[in-house]
Amino acid sequence: MTAVDETTTAPAAEIGSPRKRKEDQRLITGRTRYTDNITLPGMLHLGMVRSPLAHATITGIHTDDAKASPGVVAVYTGADLAAAHGSLPNAWPVTPDQKAPEHHAVAVDRVAFAGEIVAVVVARSPREARDATELVEVDYDDLEPVLDLEAAAAGPPYAHPDLGTNESATWIFDSAEAGTGSDVEAAIDQARGDGVVIERTYRQQRLIPAFMEPRSTVVDPTSEQITMWSATQVPHILRLMLALTCNISESKLRVIAPDVGGGFGGKLQVTPEEVTTLLVANRLGKPVKYTETRSESLVAGHHGRDQVQRLTLSATKEGIVTGLKVDLLANMGAYLGLVTSGVPVLGAFMYNSIYKFPAYRFTCHNIFTNLTWTDAYRGAGRPEATFAIERLMDDLAAELQMDPIELRRKNWIRHEEFPFTTVAGLEYDSGNYEAATDKALELFGYDELRSEQQRRRESNDPVQLGIGTSTFTEMCGLAPSRVLGSLAYGAGGWENAQVRMLPSGKVEVVTGASAHGQGHETAWSQIVADRLGVAFEDVEVLHGDTQVSVKGLDTYGSRSLSVGGIAVVKAADKVIEKARHVAAHLMEASEDDLEFSGGRFSVKGTDKGMAIGEIALAVFAAHNLPDGMEPTLDSDATYDPVNFSFPHGTHLAAMEVDTETGAVKLRKYVCVDDVGIVVNPLIVEGQVHGGLVQGIAQALFEEAVYDDQGTLVTGSFVDYLVPSAADVPDFITDRTETPSTTNPLGVKGVGEAGTIASTPAIVNGVLDAIRHLGVQDLTMPCTPSRVWQALQSREQGEPASVQPTNPEQTSGNLNSSGVISPEQGPRTEGGAS
Amino acid sequence: MIPAAFDYHAPTSVEEALRLLAESGDDVKVLAGGQSLLPVLKLRLAAPEVVVDLGRIDALRGVREDGEALVIGAMTPHHEVASDPLVQQHALLLREATRTVADPQVRHRGTFGGALAHADPAGDLLAPCLALDAEFVIAGQGGTRTVAAADFFQDYFTTAIDDGEILTEVRVPKHTGWRAHYEKFSRVAQQWSIVAIAVTLRSEGGTISEARVALTNMGTVPIRATAAEQALAGVAATPEAVAQAVAGIAEGTEPPSDLNGDADYRRHLATVLARRAVLAAAG
Ligand SMILES: Cc1cc2nc3c(=O)[nH]c(=O)nc-3n(C[C@H](O)[C@H](O)[C@H](O)COP(=O)(O)OP(=O)(O)OC[C@H]3O[C@@H](n4cnc5c(N)ncnc54)[C@H](O)[C@@H]3O)c2cc1C
Repeated sequence: MTAVDETTTAPAAEIGSPRKRKEDQRLITGRTRYTDNITLPGMLHLGMVRSPLAHATITGIHTDDAKASPGVVAVYTGADLAAAHGSLPNAWPVTPDQKAPEHHAVAVDRVAFAGEIVAVVVARSPREARDATELVEVDYDDLEPVLDLEAAAAGPPYAHPDLGTNESATWIFDSAEAGTGSDVEAAIDQARGDGVVIERTYRQQRLIPAFMEPRSTVVDPTSEQITMWSATQVPHILRLMLALTCNISESKLRVIAPDVGGGFGGKLQVTPEEVTTLLVANRLGKPVKYTETRSESLVAGHHGRDQVQRLTLSATKEGIVTGLKVDLLANMGAYLGLVTSGVPVLGAFMYNSIYKFPAYRFTCHNIFTNLTWTDAYRGAGRPEATFAIERLMDDLAAELQMDPIELRRKNWIRHEEFPFTTVAGLEYDSGNYEAATDKALELFGYDELRSEQQRRRESNDPVQLGIGTSTFTEMCGLAPSRVLGSLAYGAGGWENAQVRMLPSGKVEVVTGASAHGQGHETAWSQIVADRLGVAFEDVEVLHGDTQVSVKGLDTYGSRSLSVGGIAVVKAADKVIEKARHVAAHLMEASEDDLEFSGGRFSVKGTDKGMAIGEIALAVFAAHNLPDGMEPTLDSDATYDPVNFSFPHGTHLAAMEVDTETGAVKLRKYVCVDDVGIVVNPLIVEGQVHGGLVQGIAQALFEEAVYDDQGTLVTGSFVDYLVPSAADVPDFITDRTETPSTTNPLGVKGVGEAGTIASTPAIVNGVLDAIRHLGVQDLTMPCTPSRVWQALQSREQGEPASVQPTNPEQTSGNLNSSGVISPEQGPRTEGGAS
Repeated sequence: MIPAAFDYHAPTSVEEALRLLAESGDDVKVLAGGQSLLPVLKLRLAAPEVVVDLGRIDALRGVREDGEALVIGAMTPHHEVASDPLVQQHALLLREATRTVADPQVRHRGTFGGALAHADPAGDLLAPCLALDAEFVIAGQGGTRTVAAADFFQDYFTTAIDDGEILTEVRVPKHTGWRAHYEKFSRVAQQWSIVAIAVTLRSEGGTISEARVALTNMGTVPIRATAAEQALAGVAATPEAVAQAVAGIAEGTEPPSDLNGDADYRRHLATVLARRAVLAAAG
């Protein structure tokens, strides 16, 4: 390559550069198009009438007053719409005999959770629609609601009486049966004789994906193709599923996800609201918009987590793990959404984590209740698994009076042992747990903090210090299609990309991965700039519109870079190969004598060369091309990953517990993540920070709480506590880079890592601070009141262990200050009348 | 999140506002910073026919001295109260408490008078006003009356302001040079108090000479801790002595039980926080 490139666009290496995100200017200033900004001529607006009851038969719906209300065009009930669509889709029947209730977009004769849609008002303005929803009267006959997960597992009563059970499916993985390990019962029996057995029940509280932009959908049926704009993570999946569900030809439907303000799994769905908007628009032949309120988002957008984990771990007295048995109850809520049933199954492969368990058994019972349905939420199945195993490892260390890091070292897969096939049957391609851990310990000042902890214990300091460890891994980059097939998932896991060379030398990259805040436009530009040797600014990334990005499987499961990014690389490589053919022709050289570097083809040993942009123009003109060549460089690629990617890292949290008040403070947080090769360190940093806070939120702040009637008590952000930057310290983050060996960029995923890793680090830290005071377990979130109660029971000589999930939930006290009640309203809302 | 339709008026004088209130009958709401009222309207927990916005009445905004009192206009936004030099000098406790309210956005829109008229028991300005013996000036068609803090807060979200009346200003007796601390206990930064303790005091040579103490969210109205105030007078500002003086501070209170903790926990918190607040104020 010549030293000076006369085009002056010779890029420095883009991969690895902390580019500021090109999309941020418009996203941060709001000068962009979110779905709710879209206004079409003659557009009508929907208002949803929702059930206040968790379980009831609908005996009558009176719509006359609403129909007579100003601006109202129509009012539809479930009965009006039922014939126009099939049951809302569940794409993951985890077992052949999985049971699922029929799921209408608008309930027909029975409601199964509070918040379910029972009627829809169509009006000329959003306000008129909202006004009229209050005029729809619904008669209900109460049915007994099924609210408690463990009671539901034992049922009756049933969340769906027709099913005759609350159990949707039971899914089992057994290492002895699969041939990936030995029999776990034998291992546990052995340990009961001469080792240690740790038996625990942990609870994953219910969480709500609190994306910034509430969900919104616009449907325009006035052209040959029906167009839907929706705040969704999955425009491609949505298009297919809507076509199937609503019996519309897929080719007649175009779905656009414009700029989307966050998702966290919460917009990985085919929602009743989307289906309803589509059906109403079709029926009336007019554009229709529905935008949910935050209150609706909290009650009716799908929730996450909500599992009871019964766990048994066996080990030798020396701390070598010998077996792990997992028995899960997973709360589906009232319906099976797109991947509701598969979320706990995704966790099945991760309980063994980075440790060399010889025996493993996982059983999961998917249970229906009359609560909002659950589905994917950042990490989906893997945070639950990571929480369980990392807590168990700390509990085992405490039992053996061993340093938790030492215990982990004894059991983890050593760097030289990769690739390693785990007891759950996955092949981890790479990893270096030693390097990440050593770096984390040093950044953390582990030894000094341990001494301070000792001093505080000895002086009986009212503020005790704890150190929490989480040496996590996760599987992401969903996913090899064959694996998904073996798990009965309804689709594949490939991704598609297109690279288009414009005559001016600029480049358009089309990706099937639909960004909703992650920064694909920047990262993909960096990848292509390096690959094609063009300027970063000259690359435009297009996505999120099924008419532009014709094939794709969208964004979730930390898949965009390690699957979608690789598709981009492969498409770019095809462009280069075509261009090489043309370059050889134009420069009258042999293809073998061409070198491609810095965006130029040059003939070895000469000063002859052509930039890829020049070739693009020549191909556009098509005056002089090799015989038989199509006049285009444009290429596309569909990439099916050969394996998952396995990011890992070591996270350490220093937690202060104020024993006088129960208040917990995160004092220091260090994480060293290994996400393979980093395309943009700034984006990675952002993903890690946001992910950490979301995981910390589960440990300390967030919890969806229902009352004993099945009404969501945490129905506003006054009570559902989402932390902000003010609630966490500066994080100390660093990385090791162990490239993935299964993709050409060596990248892994980073979207979920922080969330998966941080929750157990925090809870382990809180427990480490007060374990010596007799507290063995705490229920998440570790609120000051719970921590204080745990300390009190210890003082009163009671066993300070597991508390019921929501001690306050059934106390009958919920209607006092701080929560919504009919008399009072939420904290912000009491009237001064 | 769309309120029901209402008529909107934005008068520029208190007289005009009072006339509008009188003309509008029962179904009218006064709008100050809107930080509490707008959520109520958007959630349709209230649907007044008329809203009278006080935002353009300049006379209601600002802090001034009037002899022995500091006078704070009802429409003074939180951030102005928190950064006002007169407040810092003569009513430090108000500044300390106001700084803990919500976040910068809310503090720029929410008002001193709005927060007090709203009378949320978990609101952070009620207890400090009670501790400082503030007086509330209420204007009505028939003229103006002044109500002592102890009589102003009547119940949960209920004050001495009657229909058709407006809180115009709050007169705070100068506590010039008094030290102060507001000890707020919450789970996240942007949250109302689970419990908080307001303390202002004078001390000499490490001994507390005079103290004013009030409790936030320990009942339906703020509570003045008179017994603790008496017990603190003349006490050395040491942890042991202060702890002893405030030991009974939660006795007889009936705080709420909710997701953040039950009544027992709140009573316990009040005792711990009171000790910390007094020690912090005593410096
Ligand atoms: C996110 C958020 C967090 C918050 N956190 C806190 C917190 O931590 N601590 C805290 O103390 N507060 C908090 N608040 C409330 C905040 O302090 C509000 O500003 C305050 O409660 C109401 O003041 P306002 O000026 O907005 O009044 P508005 O909302 O306009 O009015 C509130 C009520 O008072 C009446 N009213 C207002 N002014 C008058 C008047 N002059 N005369 C008669 N009636 C009147 C209105 O009619 C209405 O009923 C928070 C608010 C929000 C939105």
